[in-house]
Amino acid sequence: MIILRAEELTYQYSTGTPFEKTAIDHVNLEIEEGAFVGVIGSTGSGKSTLMQHFNGLLKPSSGHIYLNGQDIWADKNKLRDVRFRVGLVFQYPEYQLFEENVYRDIAFGPSNMGLNDAEIKLRVYEAAAFTGLTEEQLFQSPFALSGGQKRRAAIAGVMAMKPEVLILDEPTAGLDPMGREEILAEIKKYHQKTGCTVMLVSHSMEDVSRYTDKLLVMDKGKIFCYADTNEVFKCADELARIGLAVPEITRICNSLRKKGIPLDESIYTVDEAVRQIVHYYKSKSGGDV
Amino acid sequence: MLKDITIGQYFPGDNLIHRLDPRFKIVMTLLYIIMLFMGDELYSLSFGIVYCIAALVLSKIPVKLFGKSIKPLLPILIMTAILDIIFIREGTVYFQAGFFKLTEDGVFTAVKMIVRIIFLIIGSMLLTYTTSPIQLTDAIERLLSPLKRLHFPVHSFAMMMTIALRFIPTLMIETDKIIAAQKARGAGFDSSKLRDKAKALVPVLIPLFVSAFRRAEELATAMECRCYRGDIGRTKMKSMNAGICDIVSLTITFIMFFAAATVAVLF
Repeated sequence: MIILRAEELTYQYSTGTPFEKTAIDHVNLEIEEGAFVGVIGSTGSGKSTLMQHFNGLLKPSSGHIYLNGQDIWADKNKLRDVRFRVGLVFQYPEYQLFEENVYRDIAFGPSNMGLNDAEIKLRVYEAAAFTGLTEEQLFQSPFALSGGQKRRAAIAGVMAMKPEVLILDEPTAGLDPMGREEILAEIKKYHQKTGCTVMLVSHSMEDVSRYTDKLLVMDKGKIFCYADTNEVFKCADELARIGLAVPEITRICNSLRKKGIPLDESIYTVDEAVRQIVHYYKSKSGGDV
Repeated sequence: MLKDITIGQYFPGDNLIHRLDPRFKIVMTLLYIIMLFMGDELYSLSFGIVYCIAALVLSKIPVKLFGKSIKPLLPILIMTAILDIIFIREGTVYFQAGFFKLTEDGVFTAVKMIVRIIFLIIGSMLLTYTTSPIQLTDAIERLLSPLKRLHFPVHSFAMMMTIALRFIPTLMIETDKIIAAQKARGAGFDSSKLRDKAKALVPVLIPLFVSAFRRAEELATAMECRCYRGDIGRTKMKSMNAGICDIVSLTITFIMFFAAATVAVLF
């Protein structure tokens, strides 16, 4: 089932002035329900702009966005509803925290939905569990938390709305490797448990390659390709041309393959590479490695 | 929404007005403003108008830009005109209905006031359009430097202004971002009730304040790392040197100023 569909979507900045710029250029796209989609592209490729169209924050200059087959701009009064159904976590979301404690900040979205207190409480605790926030932290001031915890609190604030589609714009930007791993793992867990559609915008090929099923590659406001993650990494050369590097391990395996070691074209995790290389040497030396 | 505000927006260019020494430009603008408000009759006002239009033509700044800046002030202009017309009751009466009296003096004063305010805005806009904020504060610092003798912190004052101007666009972008982020969580900015509107501001203002303080702290650290100690031993990369053009322009301004003053006194 298709949950989100963009049809001939175009977005221009500063139309009619000398600064006119087409950020999104006639994009056609279908996102399947329940998919975990990675979105990559170099700076200025239109990733973030496209994401802000999906929850109706930006109005397309032309073209349409359909959520479950319904044009989201057909009825302006329902736009707020669309924002609850398509949750968007912005870049550096910790800068939008404002409440006196974390609990109330996470509850901001659900209470805007008009839910009752019991339901809000349930959702806040659920979202806090997904993001690994402790009960104690829930009643601290959001400004007293560490950077990584603030980020989690902000992400939980969107998860608590239980959106059908969760979009995260660079959720790991500016975090240390440990923090990145943890947050990505939590998002993956959220996807598996709730089964909802997740879109993850990132600069890092390493990040998206390990967690996503499908990959949307953007270049200069257009869709460069949209395919299964392992298919995308087969075109390392094309990706390099638009300024994107495949994960390091994929590059190493490609070099090895050129030297005659028969490895798969779509290796993008170290574990898989190790498995295949060991397998190769085992078969070569008759099994005693 | 926020993009339309043009406070102190610099419009790059390379012509006589842009190249003038900013100190001279400030003095000339002040003279011009006094010129506008000197006389009570149209004769003296016309000097200011001619002066402003000449500068406008020389600066080559599109007139459309000024229109955009005046637009938000329209309600104030209309209010002024209405008050003038209602409260000035002298002169030939054109029309009367009960308390209300439309008189020649009233209409005349209203028109003069509107023209004055519009030209006042255009004149000061011209200064900020042709002078970068850095140049402006630099010039203010120079012009006020005699006050240093009285222990007035001229340099700190100028630095504060520079920083404030520098951060207006940054904070505006930030506000846009925060509004978008809170909208994504269903914050309602489109309710028409005053109470709801005020409530909707909290999720925007608090993060904005937090980020302003964070930026201030970072900037202070950065300045300290570069050994900033106020103006002690500080030299300027761009020194201001008055040239022949500046002196001629100032002389012309003074001639216009005194001509307007004479006319204002005589008529």
